[in-house]
Amino acid sequence: MKISMRDQMVETLEDLFVHEQRLTLLLADISASLFKDLLRKYPQRAYNLGILEQTLIGVAAGMALEGYIPIVHSIVPFLVERPFEQLKDDFSYQRLAGNFISTGASYDYSTEGMTHHGSGDVQILRSLPGMQIVVPGTAREFDTLFRAACTNDSPTYYRMGASVNPVDHSVSFGKLTVVRRGSQATLIAVGPMLAHVLEAAQDMDVTILYCTTVAPFDAETLRANSQSSNIVLVEPYYEGVLVPDIVAALKHTPLRIEAIGVPHQVLSHYGTPAQHDQSIGLTPQAIRSRIERFLQI
Amino acid sequence: MHTELTSINHLMALATGDEKHDTSAHSTLHVLWVLYDRVLHYDSANPRSEERDRFVLSKGHGPLAYYAILAARGFFPPSALKNFETWEGFLGGHPDRNQVPGVEASTGSLGHGLPMAIGIALALRAKKSERRVFVLVGDGECNEGSVWEAILLAGNLALSNLTCIVINNHSSTLSLGNLAEKFAAFAWTATTIDGRSHAQIEHALLQRDALRPSAIIAEIA
Repeated sequence: MKISMRDQMVETLEDLFVHEQRLTLLLADISASLFKDLLRKYPQRAYNLGILEQTLIGVAAGMALEGYIPIVHSIVPFLVERPFEQLKDDFSYQRLAGNFISTGASYDYSTEGMTHHGSGDVQILRSLPGMQIVVPGTAREFDTLFRAACTNDSPTYYRMGASVNPVDHSVSFGKLTVVRRGSQATLIAVGPMLAHVLEAAQDMDVTILYCTTVAPFDAETLRANSQSSNIVLVEPYYEGVLVPDIVAALKHTPLRIEAIGVPHQVLSHYGTPAQHDQSIGLTPQAIRSRIERFLQI
Repeated sequence: MHTELTSINHLMALATGDEKHDTSAHSTLHVLWVLYDRVLHYDSANPRSEERDRFVLSKGHGPLAYYAILAARGFFPPSALKNFETWEGFLGGHPDRNQVPGVEASTGSLGHGLPMAIGIALALRAKKSERRVFVLVGDGECNEGSVWEAILLAGNLALSNLTCIVINNHSSTLSLGNLAEKFAAFAWTATTIDGRSHAQIEHALLQRDALRPSAIIAEIA
């Protein structure tokens, strides 16, 4: 049976802590029970600091200044939005490396209301110089990408979600994966959107690129796989974040771009994530309709 | 005045072109000078040596006294002060660790330095280092919520290698009441001193509680 990304995070970190002595884990209550073994085993390197997220990021930066490689974990609003200035000043501006693993992507916490939603994370983190952004589509892919990037010299954000693709793909940090090639359009599916995109375009003559590293964006693979001027971008967070990267990558080509994602709206319903998907059009059927209208087929 | 302090005042004048340094630089001058003259372990030829004590200027604004002391102590040539806040210079209005030798952490936005100092102190504890961490905050900075998060955390972690100096030049809009009592209530050991008395500053900085972080409220009248 496949495990969740969150459980995979615990397994991956428990393994890496044995081999990489520079890793530290800093929590603010979220997931503390999942990490109870690691917290007990490494009292000098793993801490649950309590509910103080600005200080959480600052403490992580302090440990990074001393040569440790911090891993910080919480849900999106409390990892990204509340301590955003600490991510900006303490990590990005100081050019420190660290790993920030979120849970609660977009409206995974659909019953809790918008204070607990996290659709804006990738958009605002994209503004930070040097910030790497990883959006895995499965637990296995999280493991692969985390191991690839966690000790490099830049701060890195990993966006875990409850919604995952049913099949693992071969992914490499910083690279788009070419899933299939076609002629009418290039579809770029980010993270857990791949399953929807594959179903939506199953009988279409299109290229499908799978994106699990949003930043740095792999412009080279896009350039090599965009024979058509039609680009469809499907993202699991606020729509259109990758459009500037796509335009920059293909700046000598006249382009038509359709950006599909979470719309900029206040979502006031509760219910299930699937009901939100239905409401805002992030289902295979709705995505197919958008592609058909865009391509006029 | 100590002869080196006179020369440090000259260095500060070199940066500003006159003797009118800002209030922030004046209020930190004596504490920083005693810290670098009599308390901190450091080697200016090897500013990132593991065997140094760490100092974080959490209140990043008004860094002139800090720069002048670092220059006087050999971290960089005093002539650099001539280019304070200029395009050609590396000494900005807030210190940048990637540009200024001897600066541990880039600061400027209030409420960031104390949490970073806690991270440094935790790291030194994990390394089993005996070195100490000093951090300077302003009383105005103590309006920031992150400062109180950090004070609560450091007391809970019993970070005995951490000393927080509060320069109380009464610039806070809000009344802070008795700061030493507040730190003590958060499980720190705390004392209030005259922030211009070198003897009191030295005595307070050399104290180290075995179990608790230390706070020094340096009153600047």
